[in-house]
Amino acid sequence: MKDSLFSITSNRPLTAAVFEMRLSGDTSDITAAGQFVNIRLDGLYLRRPISVCSVDGSELTLVYKVVGKGTEKMSEMKPGQTLQVLTGLGNGYDLMTAGEKPLLLGGGVGVPPLYELAKRLGAENREVCVVLGFNTADEVFYEEEFRSLGCSVTVATADGSYGEKGFVTDCLPQDYTYVYTCGPEPMLRAVYGCIRTSGQFSFEERMGCGFGACMGCSCKTVTGYKRICRDGPVLRKEEILWAD
Amino acid sequence: MGRLNTTLCGIGLDNPVIPASGTFGYGYEFAEWYDINILGTFSFKGTTKDPRFGNPTPRIAECTAGMINAVGLQNPGVEAVIREELPKLKKVFHKPVMANVSGFSVADYAYTCEKLDKEDTVGWLEVNVSCPNVHGGGMSFGTDPKAAAQVTKAVRKVTKKPVIVKLSPNVTDIVAVAKACEAAGADGISLVNTLLGMRIDVKTRKPVIANTMGGFSGPAIFPVALRMVYQVANAVKIPVVGMGGVSSAEDVLEMLLAGAVAVEVGCANLIDPLACKTIIEELPAVMDRYDIETVSEIIGGVRHG
Repeated sequence: MKDSLFSITSNRPLTAAVFEMRLSGDTSDITAAGQFVNIRLDGLYLRRPISVCSVDGSELTLVYKVVGKGTEKMSEMKPGQTLQVLTGLGNGYDLMTAGEKPLLLGGGVGVPPLYELAKRLGAENREVCVVLGFNTADEVFYEEEFRSLGCSVTVATADGSYGEKGFVTDCLPQDYTYVYTCGPEPMLRAVYGCIRTSGQFSFEERMGCGFGACMGCSCKTVTGYKRICRDGPVLRKEEILWAD
Repeated sequence: MGRLNTTLCGIGLDNPVIPASGTFGYGYEFAEWYDINILGTFSFKGTTKDPRFGNPTPRIAECTAGMINAVGLQNPGVEAVIREELPKLKKVFHKPVMANVSGFSVADYAYTCEKLDKEDTVGWLEVNVSCPNVHGGGMSFGTDPKAAAQVTKAVRKVTKKPVIVKLSPNVTDIVAVAKACEAAGADGISLVNTLLGMRIDVKTRKPVIANTMGGFSGPAIFPVALRMVYQVANAVKIPVVGMGGVSSAEDVLEMLLAGAVAVEVGCANLIDPLACKTIIEELPAVMDRYDIETVSEIIGGVRHG
């Protein structure tokens, strides 16, 4: 974990609400795909946790959706501006259990952390299959980026306006060895209910600190109480306990 | 004696800066960020007789210059704290630590304090009669002088360690509660805990916090906290620990001038893990700016007229 200054090198919209921000700084504490950073923004008290989409040398890429004041502020920032960023937060995905043909299932703004994961799995010569789910054609992003990594990519839209009609769970391939997923909770629940293998699920929660101090984002799991920010955000399928 | 030294209930502190309970875990999360032995001490996560998961999430809501939390005293219970957390704490912190204790009955408080009394690493017992996030306990003791005194008296009987009672600001007359605790044998008073607050998501029209209300803390509450520290420090003879929205070396000096002998820093640790380190490092230069030679010379030194 490290708190350091990053400089914005680009910040562009991918869709009406989703932006891609590239930053330059000390990324040395980002050790796993699926980790996140926590960003301080002028005038807002709490930092904003954003998942790492890609890290390449000193370049950090964040893909975020404008959902409130913080992300709106981020979307208005220009190259050259700086941000105070806590890096290396969260456990991230464990690649050891991927097998030969890992399946990556991403929904909406849950897609970004899977990109770094696909990069790392590809570098280990695994046959990566990706299914990306969105509501409509207008919301689709990063399809080509995943293809450029050599992944087989299926896009599903809930309204059928692009790719396959339906949800990611309607587009599972016949053959896969393990599942990695990130997306809204209803999607995670659906994935949990229909995959044939084990997997790792990335969760989201409102956080105070982002580094394990405040117990603001605790959840119950089979193996005890866990902090989403510190012991997560990635939980193994076997340890998940769904609320209610 | 260094210029930052102070004394809390007979135990010397290298400086007046103390991370507040609930914002610093059992210390080891912060030991990854800096050597926490530079702190005066710290108050560890609120501990209860039995293990608690706490409240459902969301437990956190952002506010202007602050935040609301409704964690609800999540902790593994006093036995597990002694068995698992304190050994880990001892590895990274080599000074007396402040044990923060909560309860749901007078007997609960006494039970937990009696257990912690046997731990050498515990220097002080900070008895939290002011948690706003638990139903039927905590704050109800802190809002009634008689109940606060009962808890104080019961805890006093089971420990030889200094007992510091942590008060709630959610009362009409905090001086009455502080005096009742002093009369019941408290060795010190710490204040303030969080202010009861609430946020509503206008889009969903639902409270942001799953528990509806929670404890408001952060720089926004500093003036309220300072005022109460001033009132209490002027009304009791026992030492007072000031807290509430402290975020800078200057805030620490204000709390000392108001009458606090030491100062707890809460919320600031959550948005900047290095907050207390920065405050301690900046104190000498900020003191120079105001011609303050030592911390102890300004305690209660607010001037009138």
